[in-house]
Amino acid sequence: MSKQHWLNIGYDRSKYPETGGDGNLIVDKESQKFVKVWQGPNHPGVTGNMSVELTISGDEIVEAKTHVGYLHRGFEKLFERRKFIQVFPTCIRMCVAEPDYNEYNLAASIEELGGIEVPEVAQWLRTLVLEMARLQTLLRVVPGQGGTTGLGIGVQWGVYLRDLILDRFEELTGGRVYHMYIIPGGVRGLLPAGFKKRMLDNLSKIDEFVQNIDNVMYSNAVFKKRTVGIGYIDPAWVNSFGIVGPNARAAGFKRDVRKDYPYLKYPELDFDPYTATESDIYTRSRVRWHDLQITVDLIRQILDKMPDDGQIRAETPNVLHWKIPKGETYVRAESSRGEYGFYVVSDGTEYPRRINLRGPSYTHAVSLLEHLLIGANIADVANIMVSLQTCPPEIER
Amino acid sequence: MKKIIENLGYKFILYEVEYQRKNLTFVTVDKENTVQLLAYLRDYEGFKHFVLMTAVDWIEDGLFQITYILNNPKKKIDLAIRTKILREKAKMTTAHHLWNQVATYQRELKEMFGIDFPGSPRVNESFILEGWDNIPPMRRDFDTKKYAEETYFPRLGRGTNDPSEYMKQKLYPNE
Repeated sequence: MSKQHWLNIGYDRSKYPETGGDGNLIVDKESQKFVKVWQGPNHPGVTGNMSVELTISGDEIVEAKTHVGYLHRGFEKLFERRKFIQVFPTCIRMCVAEPDYNEYNLAASIEELGGIEVPEVAQWLRTLVLEMARLQTLLRVVPGQGGTTGLGIGVQWGVYLRDLILDRFEELTGGRVYHMYIIPGGVRGLLPAGFKKRMLDNLSKIDEFVQNIDNVMYSNAVFKKRTVGIGYIDPAWVNSFGIVGPNARAAGFKRDVRKDYPYLKYPELDFDPYTATESDIYTRSRVRWHDLQITVDLIRQILDKMPDDGQIRAETPNVLHWKIPKGETYVRAESSRGEYGFYVVSDGTEYPRRINLRGPSYTHAVSLLEHLLIGANIADVANIMVSLQTCPPEIER
Repeated sequence: MKKIIENLGYKFILYEVEYQRKNLTFVTVDKENTVQLLAYLRDYEGFKHFVLMTAVDWIEDGLFQITYILNNPKKKIDLAIRTKILREKAKMTTAHHLWNQVATYQRELKEMFGIDFPGSPRVNESFILEGWDNIPPMRRDFDTKKYAEETYFPRLGRGTNDPSEYMKQKLYPNE
């Protein structure tokens, strides 16, 4: 809050607002010393359809307000009118970047309430698909951090490699972006012939990319100057703001749902979530770069360990007439942004009573961003937003 | 988890306790004790991570259920606190002072369910909807179909064609 921005150290700050007794800046909007600037909804530095209303003093932000609602489609309301199986094509739209976590969370909630055990092979395939979803997201997000500082080449490499992973998704599920592969009781199909080899070829290309992006982006003097020491998240905020995923791991909190609340086949895989302590934009991006390598390694382990054949779906009642027993549950998974959960309430009918999504962006892009931007330079807003990896659809569902 | 619930039982009146999973338990408490319980769980039982807060409309009973899910990152367990309030003039004690993101949840619940949280920052500012003048849309008695039919009427000048007839006319008009 009152932390002085590093750009202003040593400068005359008499024109900037003072800090009040409560730690907040005293912003007298009637004084005509301040300017309102809207960052978004149409702005290359905004992560999706949202905007931030900034009040600036000089080039320093003194107040920030997040505005969402540009793509509200009332998903959670729509679910009330749909049978459980009909929720799948809608719920995946709640996060375009990683739709598979919606499928998994909903399927796992239905299975838990309905008492269904998922077969072994289906669990392996689900683990594979969730890691592939993380991989294709990180291939966009990791170089995307460079994109906000004008380093476009990494983004182009990432888009190409992500397309290769989307090819694998297409041959496995039939869809490139939305897959609807995970269904109650299991998955829709086995791996096609030759899938493993093609996937391993793609992964070796990603290995090269990991090295190249390290050389081009993380060693770049301009990138470092724009990211090191900026957008600092105090570790004390992790609990008070509900920060999760890479943003929490960059602040020294080793929190990963895959390790803390093991699900699917993660207990049989060998990995160690990467943590750091610097908690600035550079570190958060670096944590994601490590996450990318961990994901590549996990996919190799999954392909090596998973059985080639077996039952892919458990017996379930007719999904169009399936009355899910009355009850409530909360199921979570680790998305590339952190804890992603579904709170599902069934009243014993074929229709869900309530499905509520807990997305990491709900706190990262609203309460945390509004807090984090105060004292930042206006040129760093895009950089800070991208470093939080926000996804607006999961805020407004 | 059972030990925590047992301890809570000495301090608060717990109505329904459901052990959903080894690491997830649901309890129901009075509206008056809810925020105290949340503060106690955060400060004394290690439930430092606020997972979510939402409402469920039990219109047939005339009640809203507010659910808070808390997480203990050390013990790796979740506790869901449920409380029921009347639908008519729905009002609940604010918990924004316990976690920073709670104010956002309460702002959304005010807009979507019409549940008021007096004293919560910016609770009356619109969050997602702008210029909404109907009943709060997440209430069960809000009819989405009726609203859509009344609001989004067919555009003038638009017509529909039978696809096979239309293509026949386009491709083989003389046959």
